[in-house]
Amino acid sequence: MLVDFNTKKGYNFNINVTVVTIEVNYMIEIEFKNVSYNSFRKEILKNITIKFGKGKIHTIVGPSGAGKSTLIKLINRLIDPTHGHILINGVDIKTIDVIDLRRRIGMVFQKSHLFEGTVKDNIEYGPSQKGDKNINVEYYLNIVGLNGDYAARDVKKLSGGEQQRISIARTLANNPEALLLDEPTSALDPTSTEIVEKLMVYLKEKMNLTIIWITHNLEQAKRVGDYIALINKGQLIECANTYDFFTNPQNEITRLFIDGKLKEEVK
Amino acid sequence: MSVLSLTMASSLVLISIFISYYQKIGIEKEIIIGTIRAVVQLTIVGYILHYIFSANNVLFTLAMVTLMIVVAGNNASKRGKEIPKVFYFITFSIALSATITISLLILFGNIHFIPQEVIPVSGMIIGNSMVASGLAISRLKDDIKNKSEELEVYLSLGATSRQAAQKIIKTSIKTGMIPTVDSMKTLGIVQLPGMMTGLILGGVDPINAVKYQIMVTFMLASTVAISCFTVTFLTYRTFFTKQHQLRQAF
Repeated sequence: MLVDFNTKKGYNFNINVTVVTIEVNYMIEIEFKNVSYNSFRKEILKNITIKFGKGKIHTIVGPSGAGKSTLIKLINRLIDPTHGHILINGVDIKTIDVIDLRRRIGMVFQKSHLFEGTVKDNIEYGPSQKGDKNINVEYYLNIVGLNGDYAARDVKKLSGGEQQRISIARTLANNPEALLLDEPTSALDPTSTEIVEKLMVYLKEKMNLTIIWITHNLEQAKRVGDYIALINKGQLIECANTYDFFTNPQNEITRLFIDGKLKEEVK
Repeated sequence: MSVLSLTMASSLVLISIFISYYQKIGIEKEIIIGTIRAVVQLTIVGYILHYIFSANNVLFTLAMVTLMIVVAGNNASKRGKEIPKVFYFITFSIALSATITISLLILFGNIHFIPQEVIPVSGMIIGNSMVASGLAISRLKDDIKNKSEELEVYLSLGATSRQAAQKIIKTSIKTGMIPTVDSMKTLGIVQLPGMMTGLILGGVDPINAVKYQIMVTFMLASTVAISCFTVTFLTYRTFFTKQHQLRQAF
């Protein structure tokens, strides 16, 4: 049972899928209002206003050093904006307990950073920090397409693709309502990349998660996302549904980016 | 030992200067400065201790121990100079470990509260605490800097700063304690410790010297554990905000 940030009322419901019965959370919407972020007097993000709609996959693209990772770290408060507000279902995230917020908005990093030990140890980590010891590890393994036998395996013996899926399962074990993924496939082979892409679509469709992810691969962005936002030099250049973004870009910078002619920001 | 024989012994330093010069290591100047400083500092300390021992005054004894703690804190804090308030954290940790250890030694009757016993024992405790705290802080700082993304993974999973840094805290405490623990294992076999050697050279029966050395070993085990534990737990918080965010300044 999860509690609405706005109403504080909770509800859940179940759907049946082929592998497991998944508890579906209701959806959340994330909104940036005039958000800026400075680090060491350098403006990393400039006056960003954007809304990430409920239960959709939002892709963030842009040159290296544009501020993409900074943008998603603001959502789970790994950092705080210098100016502006970030709202979740209309509620300023600064009014929400930060630990609670991070459990509700999971984050997956480029490197899986699995902890030493077994797959089970990793999946149990998040819930165990709040004292929840009865985790159905197999359930979360099934969501990411792995069977229960993986639970006892040493994480060091897993492939890169398996490790990234375990890191997603570890994040899902907190029952998040939104998922942030920072280049989750950039270090993976094509097969593992495809699995993670399908997993993102599956999580959106079956668990109604609001997903915000970063990629450098425009072909991947076309395949996976519902909406796409281009960030360049800390500014939001364009935000549109994926089809319109690629077929009818409204900004010259977007056209240059799609054509691969936009220079990378030097850090 | 006569002044003449001590002067002749100083020629041993020439060997290190020669090696530095011959191998172009380039630390001849530092060796000379270090040697002069050691002679001057030890001579001054010798006279100060001579005065304090003669006076046998509690306040003088405590003032000397306090001075040793502050100097040790200042020296060890150089290993973490980017960390705010690190001098206070290290100095407090050294003071705490010295206070607990010396109090217990006096309580157990191992030493008496007289300057001849408290000051040399404090010197050993403070010196070892200084080295251990410096190592622990240095490791803590490096690990937090090098494992920032791993820490953010922990934080993203809903861990508090303390939970996220737990592994690094453990490693830092261990890093500070390991040299003392390792030297305990080889004590008497690989090395004859300074205090025991000093007592034997001073004419004390080796069996009696060993008793003192065993006491020193126990006392150093306690003191490095207390100082490393305290300094690490006081310092790790400075790397995080109250909102369990990793500070960007490091």
